[in-house]
Amino acid sequence: MRVIVIGHGMVGHRFAEALTDRDHSETVQVTVLSEEPRPAYDRVALSSFFDGADEEALRLPELDAERVDLRLGVAAESIDRDRKVVVTTDGGEVTYDELVLATGSYPFVPPVEGHDAPGCFVYRTLDDLDAIREAAACAQAGVVIGGGLLGLEAANALRLLGLAPHVVELAPHLMAMQIDEGGGALLADLVTGLGVTVHCGAATTRVTTDPGTGRVTGVELADGTRIDAGIVVFAAGIRPRDQLARDCGLEAGPRGGVVVDEACRSASDPRIHAIGEVACLGGRVFGLVAPGYAMAETVADRLLGGHATVPDADLSTKLKLLGIDVASFGDAKATAEGALEVVVNDPVRKAYGKLVVSDDAKTLLGGILVGDASQYALLRAMVGAELSEDPSVLITGANTRSGERVLGVGALPGAAQICSCNAVTKGRLLAAITGGEASDVPGLKACTRAGTGCGSCVPALRQLLESAGVEQSRAICEHFAVSRAELFEIIAGAGIRTFTEVIESHGRGRGCDLCKPAVASILASLHTGDHVLDGERAALQDTNDRHLANMQRNGTYSVVPRVPGGEITPAKLRVLAEVAEEFGLYTKITGGQRIDLFGARLEQLPRIWRRLVDAGFESGHAYGKAIRTVKSCVGSTWCRYGVADSVGLAIELELRYRGLRSPHKLKGGVSGCARECAEARSKDFGVIATEAGWNLYVGGNGGFRPRHAELLVSDVPRSELITIIDRFLMFYIRTADRLQRTASWVEGLEGGLSHLREVIVDDSLGICASLDEAMSRHVSGYADEWRAVLDDPERLAKFSSFVNAPEAPDPMITFTSERGQRIPAPSRPLLPLEPR
Amino acid sequence: MTILVSEKTDRLLAVVPTAALRPEQGAAVLLPGGTSAAVFLLHDGSLHAVGNIDPFYGAPVICHGIVGDRAGAPTVASPLGKQVFCLRTGRCLDDPSASLPVFEVTAADDGVIHLSMTGNNREIPVGQS
Ligand SMILES: Cc1cc2nc3c(=O)[nH]c(=O)nc-3n(C[C@H](O)[C@H](O)[C@H](O)COP(=O)(O)OP(=O)(O)OC[C@H]3O[C@@H](n4cnc5c(N)ncnc54)[C@H](O)[C@@H]3O)c2cc1C
Ligand code: SF4
Repeated sequence: MRVIVIGHGMVGHRFAEALTDRDHSETVQVTVLSEEPRPAYDRVALSSFFDGADEEALRLPELDAERVDLRLGVAAESIDRDRKVVVTTDGGEVTYDELVLATGSYPFVPPVEGHDAPGCFVYRTLDDLDAIREAAACAQAGVVIGGGLLGLEAANALRLLGLAPHVVELAPHLMAMQIDEGGGALLADLVTGLGVTVHCGAATTRVTTDPGTGRVTGVELADGTRIDAGIVVFAAGIRPRDQLARDCGLEAGPRGGVVVDEACRSASDPRIHAIGEVACLGGRVFGLVAPGYAMAETVADRLLGGHATVPDADLSTKLKLLGIDVASFGDAKATAEGALEVVVNDPVRKAYGKLVVSDDAKTLLGGILVGDASQYALLRAMVGAELSEDPSVLITGANTRSGERVLGVGALPGAAQICSCNAVTKGRLLAAITGGEASDVPGLKACTRAGTGCGSCVPALRQLLESAGVEQSRAICEHFAVSRAELFEIIAGAGIRTFTEVIESHGRGRGCDLCKPAVASILASLHTGDHVLDGERAALQDTNDRHLANMQRNGTYSVVPRVPGGEITPAKLRVLAEVAEEFGLYTKITGGQRIDLFGARLEQLPRIWRRLVDAGFESGHAYGKAIRTVKSCVGSTWCRYGVADSVGLAIELELRYRGLRSPHKLKGGVSGCARECAEARSKDFGVIATEAGWNLYVGGNGGFRPRHAELLVSDVPRSELITIIDRFLMFYIRTADRLQRTASWVEGLEGGLSHLREVIVDDSLGICASLDEAMSRHVSGYADEWRAVLDDPERLAKFSSFVNAPEAPDPMITFTSERGQRIPAPSRPLLPLEPR
Repeated sequence: MTILVSEKTDRLLAVVPTAALRPEQGAAVLLPGGTSAAVFLLHDGSLHAVGNIDPFYGAPVICHGIVGDRAGAPTVASPLGKQVFCLRTGRCLDDPSASLPVFEVTAADDGVIHLSMTGNNREIPVGQS
């Protein structure tokens, strides 16, 4: 059977995947025609493109190349139904037995004057976003026409691009399709608070342009208002891309779309199917991905001989925009006969909730949540079920008197859909858990697809795992049954200062190479002034911390003095060169803009550091799970493009945080302008200068799993920036797991980046004062670790090669040379070294 | 008090001042032939000594490993690859093909401690001399 899919969007992709997955006979040949030059990507998450995601991150799982012929950049031009042939834009023809139309929609652009001037955009594809980004560079303000879901996403995108966004909406309130007036009012209030100017009940009469260049200069509204703006984005609705179908005589719906039956078969030709936004099913077109997926699965089933029909579409939506929750589900507008509405509007918490219940107030029919949609996944799954509680209690999710959580996944029937994007029921999830298919959230995602769409059900998945008794062990090791974060609280709370105390009171046995360094790190984070090599603490330190140098593969060490911000004088460079020559050290420039001296023997370290400390160097903590460097570009001091002094800020930050021990190493970066020469967004915290201040990005990572840091706050002044970084670091240090980089910590935070913002910017947990206090204790307690060793004979004694020959060089350590420098002689391991 | 490091009780390998030992921290002892042993004084006062060469890297570093216990047995973890070795048997608990030579440790009446090779691990690997 030859199947052609026209359109490689989200739905076409899902169809091709479902068909090849289910076709066990492997007799189906699939050709996918993709107008876009790139394979399908997650359009639902398109806006994250402005929040750190790149094309790679948005890409959907690859199709099986052996089974699917994916033709990128090749569109269908016409369909010849008699010959069963699709003519393509590259002049070719492809023959089909079954044809699937998945061409999606195009954005509707109202035909106002100037709608096609340079500076006008739509918001649908990666190319659109690229174009917007480019144009944003030379604009100050932007107007979004349309205040629906898409329009608000576009407004947020403009905001992230540093523009002042306006939203113009014809309806009397925002998101008129999904929510009611009460919710819309709160939403407008919240959005305005974030710097978006909202114009509701306003018609755009014209896009004004510059008479010389023809470029957009703003828009005019029907009431005479003029908005100056360099960019206009149309997000005024979508229309099905059904032209191909119309041209070959297929029936189209009243408002467009290929008319199909409940098996998604065209009403005019049984060999042609339409799925996704291009399909008109039951007289409607659906602008959401979940109904599209259901259609894709239905057609895949039918083509392989099944009898599936498209289930009733769930039009529930939830989104988080600018950190604001908005959700609507079920019969949100109370259209059912006799439906009752229960509204809780809490202006203090800034939360609006409405539940629609049946006339006897027994059954949940739908609802709207704005400001706080934490109960969304559970409430949505309860639609049609009998109410277990007073509706007003359900909205907030807590019994206001006892504060207890009243609604859990436990209360839901097995048939309740937990993941509506992929139509996964509670029953299916439980089967996966009890059947041993999955024991954690990633496992559930892999085997059921739940949580891989919009992600709003992930907390419910976690609850389900918990309630099924699958415990996610976060114990550090066999000696401590608690997580690192819990251990941190225990040690801080009880004022514990030694490992013996903590293992005797909260652990068992004598510890190991996992818990000892973890405790050492916690103690060091809490007590910056105490030396890490004193007393019992020396025995807890991991390999590198134990001798304040990085152990290399032959048992020698490397030495990295701090070079704050990568700025160094010729005189200091000379000292490094002299030390390297005197001790025969191999030298290399590090990625963190400093100089690494390799091949020092243990007993040489104090003499090397004597020289370095005397010349004004201090420890660079290259050996510690600690702040390493704050990398900088040259900044406005020299650079023609720079808008601020990135070197000065990098030095200030590096000196502020030097010596701060953390769950894993920490790196920072500062760039003097958006060109980002310091690669700050690959760091745990990255700062980029803007015309108005500084943007702070957090959670970046090079290494094993590269990740761009995400924007946490923008355009803040220097002092506020530093306060926020202080809190970010301290909050991370308190709550991360052992050896968890900030990237995975941020990803793992329930509520993600906006939760982080709430905690450290808005102080939602009331802990900012203590985070600030912890940081100021660190800053004032800092002393150079290496100088402190040189000044103390007890500590110096730890740097001897042998107890019976303290200064003797270890005869086992030998060198050879390469490219004029000394390197380790080939070692003779007693065993072949295998990757562990 | 001194520690005597010997092979069998009749061959003295080295004499070490015990004051140089810190609880739960290893120390390297230079042995004749250029190789070394790692000596550990545990929290309960017991002494252990094993070969100092990490068999996976061929580097003299076992003395710098973290001491602990696994299922009750005293251990040291290699500071390079983090493989854990039993201090009693020298066996690598993460890779059965590897082990460290073990020295028998006895405290002598005169305040010195004798270390001798145990039966199953007689060869001390000697470095690239
Ligand atoms: C910014 C944004 C945010 C969104 N947020 C949400 C959300 O939160 N929740 C939700 O449920 N939905 C959301 N949506 C809607 C969702 O993305 C769509 O419902 C979904 O992508 C529809 O999938 P589709 O495959 O039908 O269409 P599309 O994804 O548009 O794919 C159609 C593809 O077909 C190609 N094509 C068209 N004609 C041809 C031709 N002749 N030949 C070859 N190829 C052709 C197009 O180029 C396109 O790549 C959002 C959409 C956008 C733009
Ligand atoms: S990031 Fe900007 S300021 Fe810094 S070097 Fe590059 S162009 Fe210059």
